[in-house]
Amino acid sequence: MKKDQTLGETLRRQGVSRRSFLKFCATTASLMALPPSMIPVIAATLEKARRPSVIWLSFQECTGCTESITRSSSASIEDLIFNAISLDYHHTLQAASGSAAEQARETAMQENHGKYILVVDGSIPAANNGYSTIAGISNFDMLKEAAEGAAAIVAVGSCSSFGGIPHANPNPTGAVSVSDLIKDKPIVNVPGCPPIPAVITGVLVQFLTFGLPDLDHLGRPKAFYGQSIHDRCYRRPFYDKGLFADTFDDEGARKGWCLYKLGCKGPTTYNACATEKWNDGTSFPIQSGHPCLGCSEPDFWDAGSFYRSLSTPTENIGKAAVYGIGAGLLAGAVVGSVQRARKQSAVKAHQRVTIDDLDKES
Amino acid sequence: MTVHGTPGASPGCGSDTPCNIPTGNVVPLLHEILHALERWLDDGEEHAIDLRGIPMAPGEEDHLIETLGEGEIRADLSLTGRSVVLETRFPAVWLVTHYNTDDTIIGRFIEVCEMPAILKSQAEDARAGLEYLESLLSENNLQ
Repeated sequence: MKKDQTLGETLRRQGVSRRSFLKFCATTASLMALPPSMIPVIAATLEKARRPSVIWLSFQECTGCTESITRSSSASIEDLIFNAISLDYHHTLQAASGSAAEQARETAMQENHGKYILVVDGSIPAANNGYSTIAGISNFDMLKEAAEGAAAIVAVGSCSSFGGIPHANPNPTGAVSVSDLIKDKPIVNVPGCPPIPAVITGVLVQFLTFGLPDLDHLGRPKAFYGQSIHDRCYRRPFYDKGLFADTFDDEGARKGWCLYKLGCKGPTTYNACATEKWNDGTSFPIQSGHPCLGCSEPDFWDAGSFYRSLSTPTENIGKAAVYGIGAGLLAGAVVGSVQRARKQSAVKAHQRVTIDDLDKES
Repeated sequence: MTVHGTPGASPGCGSDTPCNIPTGNVVPLLHEILHALERWLDDGEEHAIDLRGIPMAPGEEDHLIETLGEGEIRADLSLTGRSVVLETRFPAVWLVTHYNTDDTIIGRFIEVCEMPAILKSQAEDARAGLEYLESLLSENNLQ
């Protein structure tokens, strides 16, 4: 594949029809929460886009983010875009190893200086550079070197976005996020443990079509992280009616009522799980009967027990529902605000998860 | 055909213990389609609705699709994963459903227009087809 080919040329050479391309653009517009009227704009822009060089660095991570993107589905429509970028370096996926692999990274950085996209998963140990190295190069040094010539950095996963699980109390490696270390490059955070594969692809498409996306206060693209799980949850009407599961095996749980009292972090968690879902759109945690853990939020691991509700919904929520969806949304926003404050205090207190929490005896 | 009510309520759920509470989005969507159809007839303005972006309780989307019904045209497209384009029983109101290669729905749109763009022949594909036909005739000395 030639690097100077446009995306449209590349796809045509691979036998992808224009109709398939339009289908890809339609589903991508939907993914990015763009109105369908934007589909022709996406198609026209993407068609002319050049295949970008992508360098993917993995630091203190579990490879879950790579698993997520590669196991989206075989020969999926997301694969189209991944076949159409030039993935020049990725520890896990590349065939080359040892010095040949590092040579590939250095060559890609030189040939595409100032133009390549740097994708990072995993946190960086700041306590001691020796905690994590690749080919004898510390994570921090490799990040600095690769970031210098990058057009933009995409921090994939909660570890590279916010420090993630390595950053959890007591954080033995002094794990930090990409944005803690790199201050002079645009950084797009795509948190999640792991992030939804279609969201990773969507961010790359958004970068190719419209440049850097609009970001929220945590550096996340608003198109995918603009709404809370709670606001998009199909169980939301139960919350508005005051119908909750109190344990994992009571009548409410069996009937699919709201999981708020079982510790659901949906009201304070911003992600696309409720609409995009997992396993090729099959389900997401709440649909499977488990509360949202809030994995796309900073310090989710230290924010108290997964199974303790951050605040108890007031009895008035059921009554407020009679005022309609608008009132429900307002109630959600207010409770969400209260929960955020509670969560922050939990982080400060470093509450530990106990067996009692797991048994949910409270 | 009932439009109101609680669609798709699960068996065993009574009025005291609901299993399924509608979001109430079906009727507003039908009104949106109504107004879009009026605008298309008056001004030719096309309109599309992305169903994936609208919260629906279990059964509500099925209820909406059942209400729209199926009209005279149904097209099965073999793309990267199949797509199904059907005209509903309301002419010029189309339901476009995209599947991935595992046959999972990855997008569903309602389009109000003469014909969804994805059904039309595409110039880029036609150009490739033209080259292929020319080479076929050339290879077989049929010029």
